[in-house]
Parts: sequence; C-alpha cells; structure tokens
Amino acid sequence: MTVDTAATSTGDPAAREPELVQLLTPEGQRVPHEYYDTLIEDITAEDIRGLYRDLVLSRRIDSEAVALQRQGELGLWASMLGQEAAQVGSGRALRPQDHAFPTYREHAVAWCRGVEATQLLGLFRGVDQGSWDPRENNFHLYTIVIGAQTLHATGYAMGVQRDGAIGTGDPERDTAVIAYFGDGATSQGDVNEAFIWASVNNAPVVFFCQNNQWAISEPLERQTRVPLYRRAHGFGFPGLRVDGNDVLACLAVSREALQRARDGEGPSLIEAFTYRMGAHTTTDDPTRYRLAADLEHWRLKDPIERVKAYLVRGDLVDQQFFDDLDAESEELAGNLRTACRALPDPEPTSIFEHVYVEPPPTLLAQRDEMAQYLDSFAEQEGPR
Amino acid sequence: MTDTTPASAEKPASARLTVVKAINAGLRRSMENDDKVLVMGEDVGKLGGVFRVTDGLQKDFGEDRVIDTPLAESGIIGTAVGLALRGYRPVCEIQFDGFVFPGYDQIVTQVAKMHFRSGGRLRLPIVIRIPYGGGIGAVEHHSESPEAYFAHTPGLKVVSCSNPVDAYWMIQQSITTDDPVVFFEPKRRYYEKAEFDLDAEPELPLHSSRVVNQGTDATVATYGPMVKTCMEAAAAAAEDGRSLDVIDLRTLSPLDLEPVYQSVRRTGRLVVVHEAQRTLGIGTEVAARVTEECFYSLESPVIRVTGYDTPYPPARVEDDYLPDLDRVLDGVDRALSY
Repeated sequence: MTVDTAATSTGDPAAREPELVQLLTPEGQRVPHEYYDTLIEDITAEDIRGLYRDLVLSRRIDSEAVALQRQGELGLWASMLGQEAAQVGSGRALRPQDHAFPTYREHAVAWCRGVEATQLLGLFRGVDQGSWDPRENNFHLYTIVIGAQTLHATGYAMGVQRDGAIGTGDPERDTAVIAYFGDGATSQGDVNEAFIWASVNNAPVVFFCQNNQWAISEPLERQTRVPLYRRAHGFGFPGLRVDGNDVLACLAVSREALQRARDGEGPSLIEAFTYRMGAHTTTDDPTRYRLAADLEHWRLKDPIERVKAYLVRGDLVDQQFFDDLDAESEELAGNLRTACRALPDPEPTSIFEHVYVEPPPTLLAQRDEMAQYLDSFAEQEGPR
Repeated sequence: MTDTTPASAEKPASARLTVVKAINAGLRRSMENDDKVLVMGEDVGKLGGVFRVTDGLQKDFGEDRVIDTPLAESGIIGTAVGLALRGYRPVCEIQFDGFVFPGYDQIVTQVAKMHFRSGGRLRLPIVIRIPYGGGIGAVEHHSESPEAYFAHTPGLKVVSCSNPVDAYWMIQQSITTDDPVVFFEPKRRYYEKAEFDLDAEPELPLHSSRVVNQGTDATVATYGPMVKTCMEAAAAAAEDGRSLDVIDLRTLSPLDLEPVYQSVRRTGRLVVVHEAQRTLGIGTEVAARVTEECFYSLESPVIRVTGYDTPYPPARVEDDYLPDLDRVLDGVDRALSY
C-alpha cells in the first residue's frame, strides 16, 4: 500500500510559503527594510567587500577540499557550496565572547571564527577528530551525530546564564551561543529537546537552521509539513525565515537574535533558506535523487554573485579588488594543499592518549602491548 | 561490609546514615566544596528525587544549582555536556536504570568521546547517577542492571557502591574526577544503614576493589546490591565449615582485579556474582582476565552466578531470576566440585 503523504488538508504548499527576510536580491538589488536595515546601518562598503572576501575565500577552501578528496588526500569532505552566505552572515554577527556549536559543514563559520583552514582537514583526512582548541576561537569541534550539538549549545548557554554573562549591558561580557544544524536534524529528538530546554530555561541560544532542502537524498517534505521556522512558535520562542543566500539579511537577523540572547530575552530560531549545491559529501551522488533543473534554479540565487553584482553596480569596487582577491584565493588554496599533504599520520600508540584524563593501568598495559607488537616487526626487519 | 563501618562514638561528625542519606550528604558536601557542582534531573528539586537522594538540596543551593529538568534523558545528558564545557561539574540523575537509554546516545557518542575527540583539550567532568538493580517488586524498566553497556565503552568510568560509607565517599570522589563517571546505586540497598565518620578520609581511592570477607576455600567477586547477598552466603558457608573470600569490586571500569588475582592464587576457585544477565557481563570479563592471570592456580572453571539471559522478568518471578544466597552457595559448591 502506498500512503499519499503529500496530500495535505491545507491546499497548495506554495501558497503557504512564508515571506523571506531579504535585503539583497539574487540580482544584487538592495531591498529596503524598515527594521532590518537598522541592524546593519553600520555596515560600510568596506564591510561589504569584507563579507564578499569571506564568501569567496571560504568557497575556495571548500572547493580545494573537494579537490583534495578527489586526489585521495582526504577520505571525505562535506561541501558547503551554496551555503556561504548563511554561514558568513551568522558567523560575522558573532562577538568574540559568543560561542558557536557547528555540525560538520560549517567551514565558513570556522573561517569567520579564525580557525585555520588546515585544521578543518584533519578530521576528513583521518589524522585526528578535531584539531582546533574550541576555547581559543569559541568555535566548538565539528559534531557528526546529527543534532547532538544543539543540546551542548543549550547546556553551554545555561552555563552562560549561571555565570551572569547575559543582560548586564556590557557588550564585551554579554554572551550568546549559536547552534548550527540542518533541516534533517530538526527531526531528531535532540533538537526538539534542545528547543524545550532552551525555552523553559530562557537560555541565551540562537538555533540557526540551514535549511539546504536535502538530508542526503531526502527532500524537506520527508522532514516536515510546516515551514521549519514555524516550529519555534510551538516551543514558545520566535522563529523567522531568512534568505539564506543573502549575506546581509543573514547578518541582520543573526545580529537581532544574538542580541536578544545576550540581553537575556531567550532563544530564537532562524531558518536560513538555502540550497546544498553540492553532494551531501564526496561519497554521495545527488543525480540519483534530484533534478539538474532544480540546481539551475538555485544557481541563479548564488550567494556570491549577488554581492558581486551589488558591489559592481554601486561602483564600490575596482578591478584591482577582484584581481587581488583572486590572487589571495589561489594562494590560500595552494597553502591548504601543501599543508594538507604535510599533515602527519598519528603514531599508532597515540590512540591511547586522551581516552581518559586519568588513564587506568589496564589501558596503559594495552598501549604497551601494541608497542611491543609493533616493535617485534622492527626487530625482524632491522638486521637485514 | 563489616570492615567499612569503623564507627567511633567519640567523633562528633559520626552519623548513622542510609545509602540514600549518605549519597545526599556526599552531594551536599561536594556542592559546598565547589560551587561549580550542579545537580540535575527529573524531580530532583522540590521533590528531592523519587528516592529522596537529592532531598533538601534545592532548598539550600537554589534552583540554578539543583535543576528540575524537562522529562527527557538525552536532554539531561546533552545539556550537561554543554554545562561541563562551560566549566561546570554536573551530576545528572537518571530516575531508573531502564530510563537511561534515551540518553545512551549522548553518553556513548558525546560524553565518552569528547576528551579523545578534542585531543585532550576538553574535559567532561560529568557524573551520571543511576539507581539500578531489582528485588523491589517494580514494574518493567525499573529493575535492570545495564552497567556492562557503559563498562564496555572507552572513555567512561563506571563504579557501583554497595553500602552507605562507600556511597558517601565514592560520590564525592566521582564528582572530583575529571573523567565522566557512571555511578550505579544499588536501589534495593538504599535503606541499609551504617554509622561512620563523615569527616574522616576515604579509606580507598575510587577505582579500587576491597576484600570484605577473608576466606580460604573459594573467592567470590561481586559488586553493588549483591555484596550483601554474598556476605550472607559467606556467613552461611562458614556454618558449613567453608570460608569464602568475598571481594566488593566497587569499580567496574576500570576493574581493579589485583585483589581478585591474589585471592584466586590462594583459593584456586572463583565465583562471580551479579544481577545483570550473564552473557558478556562484568563476570565474563572477570573470568577472562582471571584465566589470563591465574591460569595455573585455577582448580575449577570460573563460575558465574548471575541473572539469566532474558529481559528482566515480571516482579512475581524476579526472586527466581536474581541470584540469592542459595544460588551463590550453589555456585560455590560447583566451584568446589572440581
């Protein structure tokens, strides 16, 4: 029996689509907005060039990593192609004291937080499982279990509350936490529990959902019958949908939600409506489940092209800017390639380090057992 | 347990406490010593927990430190991870053994692995308290012994107290541990009492087992609620002229088996007793290691006296499922029959 799950009692889904918060159209036209304009009124042409640079360089890191995977230098890569604006807009809305909890696809947020691009590669090359110190950049390690980090972010925000680091009015003290996740994750129990915890505790956390339309092969309608941002209302906090390919809009709505958290006014949900232009990961084959026409449709909404059009049309850049950025981009990619190949494989016995803060003797004995076993080959090969 | 209650009438801090009150006193002391220690779980605040282990703590330490959480175990563990990352030391209560599983994912994929994943940069000093075991006539999911799942997971430490004195010290030692600790509380022994000095020093480090009865004919290794059962078995065996070494393992991950090896080298026979089902249980690991370490001393196979490999049964047959004095003695008889 086939159940027609597409049938709904509320008619044509398209008719129910909510308005996006959008400040920059796909054609690069600035759309005035009575409220959200006030949240980015400090943004200068220089800042927009900076955002453009973030978008371009983070995309370059991403495309280089895909290439490194194809060349066998990485075991896997999860491309963020198409999601740069959502990540840069939210990432640049963060203050140094704010704390971000990513999935495994937040490469542009990592860029904004100052995490070295090479450090992202260790996990995917298989030489470590997270090589940066989350305390240095307030950017937590990548979390692969879908949605698990939303609870960590919420708990961290509860700690921020207990530290009295919200609502003081001190812009360098008041702290927000941002939890990144995707449309697929909204079906996870952990995400729903995080919503509940954040709500009843009024925790200073922003739930930033990048709705990229796909959970591997499953389209959004496998996860939800209502626009995702509307879920927030049932949990008792505000939610909105933003054009996830519009870096200015993402910056504005993230600033609003983060400040709300810092002020002690509780959690928010942002649904950044975007599209995963690439495969789920380098092992995925999206031609099996989606149409090339959809991809073309979204290509016209590219997050980078619209900023470029805006800058050019407004005469806010010269050719030198683009030439310099091209050069910087290629240098970044070259350095990444070199650094990736230079990443050393871990020593076999290093797996015993950091299982525990205080390792038990039985574990240390296993380490010695491994070392002796490995040494036995060295002796055999030695005097040849 | 006899040697764990050196009560001295002269000491002013001496108190006669149940296991429940001892854990409560240990939590209280930990919270007094370190204002980063938090208690969180379902009904732990106003109610003081369904077993009253956290009774009075919210009143004295406030709602920010003794948190009545929403009813969702993954949420309890997952937010504890975040609180620990922020510098807190959460003590999570799982209301009953069988309810830990909604939080199992967070425990196994996050709590156990965060230190390793971060190359040692991050620590999660979280304690997860779980009342466990049967014998209380409860409905399904309220009598289980899931300790092996956690002892099988690298990155977690797992302990079980068996008496009030250990309960008092082990909870405090677990809270000061920088690794995550799963703390199993023998719920059917919750109301066992002992008098002891609350201001004394703990007799043992957390991860150490203890010989609780000296004997020469066979060794009995056990933990948690079965320690009392095995002590009763040892007393009964003594009347028949058999003396049993009884060892309270106390720590299940890591295991501290040196006292077991020493004992087995003398007695040549080992019976391992636990409520949990047999296959791949703690007893299986103890048997394997004793076989490795004491092979030439063994006079008989290692005998496991355990729950059976069934789901925990309805309460009216739990007495047949659970090891009792007679089944322990039967196990000893089998060991001695070789």
